[in-house]
Amino acid sequence: MSMNREWTPNIVAFCCNWCSYAGADLAGSGRMNYPANVKIIRIPCSCRLNPMFILRAFQRGADGVILCGCHPGDCHYSTGNYYARRRMTVLFSLLDYMGIERGRTRVEWVSAAEGAKFAATMNDFVKTVTELGENKKLGDLRCKK
Amino acid sequence: MIVNRLQELLQDDENLQFVGWEKGETPFDRTPKTFTAETLGNLCYDSFCGSNLSKYLLSQKTDKKTVVLLKPCDSYSFNQLCTERRLNRDAYHVIGVGCKGKIDGEKIRKTGIKGILSVREEGETLKIETLYGTTEIPRKDVLLDKCLACKGKEHKCADEVLGESEDTCVGDKYETVAKLEAMTPDERFAFWREELSKCIRCNACRNACPACSCIKCVFDNPNSGVQNKAAADDFEENLFHIIRAYHVAGRCTDCGECSRVCPQGIPLHLLNRKIIRDVNEFYGDYQAGDAIGQRHPLTDFTFEDSEPNAERKGGGK
Amino acid sequence: MMKKLPLEQLPAFLKGISETKTLVAPVEKGGQVNFDLWTEDSTLRLDVLKTVKSAKGAFFPQVEDIVHFQMQGKNIDIHPAEVLTEDFVLFGVRACDARSFELLDRVFLSDPTDPFYAARRAHGTVVTLACNRPEETCFCTNFGIDGADPAGDLSAWMTEDTLYFQANTEKGAALVAGLADCDDGEITETQNSIREILNKLPLSNLNLTGFEGDHLKERFDDPRWEELSRGCLGCGTCTFVCPTCQCYDVKDFDSGNGIRRFRCWDSCMFSDFTLMAHGTNRPTQKERFRQRFMHKLVYFPSNNDGIYSCVGCGRCLEKCPQSNHIVNVIKTLGVKEDA
Repeated sequence: MSMNREWTPNIVAFCCNWCSYAGADLAGSGRMNYPANVKIIRIPCSCRLNPMFILRAFQRGADGVILCGCHPGDCHYSTGNYYARRRMTVLFSLLDYMGIERGRTRVEWVSAAEGAKFAATMNDFVKTVTELGENKKLGDLRCKK
Repeated sequence: MIVNRLQELLQDDENLQFVGWEKGETPFDRTPKTFTAETLGNLCYDSFCGSNLSKYLLSQKTDKKTVVLLKPCDSYSFNQLCTERRLNRDAYHVIGVGCKGKIDGEKIRKTGIKGILSVREEGETLKIETLYGTTEIPRKDVLLDKCLACKGKEHKCADEVLGESEDTCVGDKYETVAKLEAMTPDERFAFWREELSKCIRCNACRNACPACSCIKCVFDNPNSGVQNKAAADDFEENLFHIIRAYHVAGRCTDCGECSRVCPQGIPLHLLNRKIIRDVNEFYGDYQAGDAIGQRHPLTDFTFEDSEPNAERKGGGK
Repeated sequence: MMKKLPLEQLPAFLKGISETKTLVAPVEKGGQVNFDLWTEDSTLRLDVLKTVKSAKGAFFPQVEDIVHFQMQGKNIDIHPAEVLTEDFVLFGVRACDARSFELLDRVFLSDPTDPFYAARRAHGTVVTLACNRPEETCFCTNFGIDGADPAGDLSAWMTEDTLYFQANTEKGAALVAGLADCDDGEITETQNSIREILNKLPLSNLNLTGFEGDHLKERFDDPRWEELSRGCLGCGTCTFVCPTCQCYDVKDFDSGNGIRRFRCWDSCMFSDFTLMAHGTNRPTQKERFRQRFMHKLVYFPSNNDGIYSCVGCGRCLEKCPQSNHIVNVIKTLGVKEDA
């Protein structure tokens, strides 16, 4: 896909407070590289992610949205991520059905000890979204100057 | 026949109220209405009573025992509302009424038949008297779209059943969904843009939907941050319909009211049906409203559920 | 003097107009017919009597920007939206919709004048079309509207092979200046056959007594509103397809780098209609339902020389999901009890 060379994607990463946010922290303190265009939003648990948050992120210019939570079985609240897993499966499929490319949405399980996985995940996700190019389908024109 | 039976019920309890339909001004007008012993004679049930009375029950007073007429498809919604504790099963005497598919006035008009004064059913044919002469049309050609995806003739909830029903399902109800899944993302996007750009945000789909039973919808709530009365941007059209479809995920019984009431003819049921198909595929067959007290797949989980990232063509297999 | 145009030359005629002006006409898109931009590729549907939405959107669009506030450091730049400066033609409007413009004028052109609406009215030329085949849901005759003689800048009549024009204003005359002249009598037959049907319409003789301004209190307190409103879903279908509903809401959208202030159609059927700090003064659907019909049948006429704010287009009769519409209200409440 041809694109403006200066363009880099905006990525919103919703991270659960107990695992993935700490994982991001570890990636930072371990000086592991991941692109600066990933904006992290901390949420109490992956199942706190209201689908509206994802759509709002896209509305305001996100090119990709990723949800990171504790590995299944490790949820701080026991079962939150199991619910999140089902919800996101159905939501992503619906978004895909409406023509929003599959690659723009993702769920990854990252524990507090997995700083390296966090960095690798973000690098890979940014790469995928960069290949897909700018999100023109689900953005709000009024938010673009 | 139905009114006779209702009158019999009145002899046991004269305080009953009845929820059914009343004839209106045009040949297709059937308004949901609550009847008392005095007005019961106006109750009507025929091939034009397409609307789903389950949602209507929510807005009615419940100080009296209510007798409600439900078609087979309406009974799913009734069960679902009972499951969600929006209706109290004990407050209703459910009469399952027979249904052989309901007629869509809009479809008759779309065939070019104008100025319709009366419609008479004679077997499988509709005799239509218009300002411009009389004409005929096969009944099966003008059934409501939701009847073409009929879930069967069985009432899932009824204290008694009056009349015969017929399964009017034609073909595979997931056919269009599958066709969309087979397209490229850009084609799918173009399809939905063409459809959703017709939306006038009248909220009829939401207000008619038996699964949309929130007392205050986020789109009406000034404190929600997403309240809007009109789609000021393409995004807002998408947002409304994605959120609406997703919010009823696992609870939608596929009653088809959303598409029936849409003044712009947007096939909204295709969104819900996609979710139903996905849920069945990922988590096993499930029919919302099959019985009272079911736990729906999105409020449930297993340890072995598939991962959201799995590559699925068009969100399908 | 009337003008005429062979029907097969209509596309060329429309193309001629569209070369210098924006042309809006009933075109089919996604299976629905609405007033929309006409281009050579459009499917023109002059046979369709009722577009889903009325023609009012040409003058009063569902959403329009009013002003844009842009943040520049610590300053705010204010950019008021520009009013329309280009001419456009609204083609194929029916008599009922044409009357609705007169009603909207009373709202938007009375002091203080609405500049956006006024500009569109000034730059728009309305070409009306007589209703060859009125439908059973039409009840315009009750409001003194003649489907056989529509108003507008330019009136048109269609026969099997010809389109006849009668200019009512200079703007209208300019559009058809190049066409062949013809005799006024050539449309008499068409008009007569339309009127014959209009007289046969099932809803052509509604009894509107009881809705005069002096019955305001009586109508307002009528206990039957409760029963009438029970079947109402509270959706805005009737409002949004209505040619005379003119309520709007003004909203701000925070775009992250400024505010876009826009207005959009509102419906009195919605729970957040005219919501104020103290809450709403129409807490249940009964009050909202009553508001809509009181406005159309009582408040508007008592403020506007007895003119009802309904043109009888019948769109709400066709589109109400519950078939609970203005004719029900008129028939239920309309007859004076003391008569």
